[in-house]
Amino acid sequence: MIRCESVTYVYQRGTPVETTALADVSLEIRSGEIVGIIGATGSGKSTLVQHFNGLLRPTRGRVYLDDVDIHAREVDRRRLRQQIGLLFQYPEHQLFEETVSADVAFGPRNLGVAGQELDRRVRGALERVGLDPDRFGPRSPFALSNGEMRRVAIAGILAMEPRMLILDEPTAGLDPLSRQEILDHIRRLHDERGLTIVLVSHSMDAVARLCRRLIVMDRGRVVADGAARSVFADPARLAALGLGLPQVTLCAQRLRERGLPVRPDVLTVEEGRAAILEAVAVRARGAS
Amino acid sequence: MYRAGTPDAVPALRGVDLDVSPGECVALIGGNGSGKSTLAKHLNALLTPTSGAVRVDGIDTRDADRVWDVRQRVGMIFENPDDQLVAAIVEEDVAFGCENLGLPPAEIRARVDAALRLVGLEHLRRRPPHLLSGGQKQRVAIAGVLAMRPRCLVLDEATAMLDPRGQAEVMETALRLCRHEGLALVLITHAMEEAALADRVVVLADGRVALAGPPAEVFSRAEPLARLRIEPPPIARLARLLAASGLPLPPGILTVEQLVEALSPLGAAP
Repeated sequence: MIRCESVTYVYQRGTPVETTALADVSLEIRSGEIVGIIGATGSGKSTLVQHFNGLLRPTRGRVYLDDVDIHAREVDRRRLRQQIGLLFQYPEHQLFEETVSADVAFGPRNLGVAGQELDRRVRGALERVGLDPDRFGPRSPFALSNGEMRRVAIAGILAMEPRMLILDEPTAGLDPLSRQEILDHIRRLHDERGLTIVLVSHSMDAVARLCRRLIVMDRGRVVADGAARSVFADPARLAALGLGLPQVTLCAQRLRERGLPVRPDVLTVEEGRAAILEAVAVRARGAS
Repeated sequence: MYRAGTPDAVPALRGVDLDVSPGECVALIGGNGSGKSTLAKHLNALLTPTSGAVRVDGIDTRDADRVWDVRQRVGMIFENPDDQLVAAIVEEDVAFGCENLGLPPAEIRARVDAALRLVGLEHLRRRPPHLLSGGQKQRVAIAGVLAMRPRCLVLDEATAMLDPRGQAEVMETALRLCRHEGLALVLITHAMEEAALADRVVVLADGRVALAGPPAEVFSRAEPLARLRIEPPPIARLARLLAASGLPLPPGILTVEQLVEALSPLGAAP
């Protein structure tokens, strides 16, 4: 679906503060995937995803959507941004309409959608993020909680009916349950509606919960790209990159060091429980 | 009370009683809108109570003549590391508050040196702050507060925008200042694994203290926590599931270290 070929991006080129934010990045996001992008602050994660919908243009290299160079002259930029929805950090700062419905309708209306079709899209998008359109639609977005505002912002992108949804730190600043609700909705958009999802996050627990594949960035380069389990199986490398492990994974690996044969690649609390019980049972059999 | 005297007056805090002692770390947790940040702003007189009183070292924060005494004693660190630094190099930034106090240069020098040492950034003193990592920027902000010789440090979501290494740096620095230098530490956080490191956890809901106690006790109360929209740290949930499956675990496990300690005997060679 999206393919980056040797993408390099240089900020403020030709000035003393010239910075290479991306260096020779090649990767592909396939249709139907749910991919996490992790890396320390300044590693290039946000710069990378802004290349996916053409907000940034590579200094060198190319970005393709379905094998078409997105910066080719014949490509309709507006249609590109409709297909590749990008949710920035703290998206609630970008809500501005008087009602939730009007805010969600803003994007599709700009695409020329109107009447019943517009109404259908707005209602559908709100339902998909767990906000009852009859209850929340007429309200002011500014009277909502932070978690609800964040979900309105996601609905605004869903109403454009994109093929890919990119979320940059979608849970930053939210309380634990709002965080969990947002992640559950994102998972459902993927599992039930087949939406391709790219999640940029500092939270190892969030990406462990959601993503099968992880791309790890360091100083503008992709330094690992593979199954989440295999990425988290190399804790020394992650630590060197300023990253960590999900708490449950860290616990499993520490227990192994202490001689309990727990699988080192567990990602969630439920997997951790099963793996620790199994290891304890193995030890008990060995002892008898 | 927000917007007091208008038709949309909202009480943000209602009858909160809270004491924080020197060398004690208190975590304030609660859902978005529960009143955590409003309470924090009362601690250094950024806000003053509509009714009730806040005292810092016995000084009433409503005493307009002593606002700067209060602010010197209670240092606040906020979420965004880029909003808090003002100078072109690190040591000037750390000196900024002291210069405003009108201290003699030798005294400022000594305080800045000591503050940078306490946060472990002496080697970066001549750097421009914008070239530092997020965790380093927050430590510079903490050093700026320390140079004022405060009694209390308030971190309001100070790790929320940092990557895992930055989060660890800031937490280690703050806890060290609390344990070894005797600062009172107030942590406002959504990260339950951070709250688990405090001496006491105070859960706010609708502007009231809904639960309070040592973390092991607060995080063991599954029902009220669920009602208050608080999810215990993942390791606490894992420990509870393992205990329910029959493993001999003591109650109150919250951190990876505690769980590994408790399970290690099961891994010893038979």
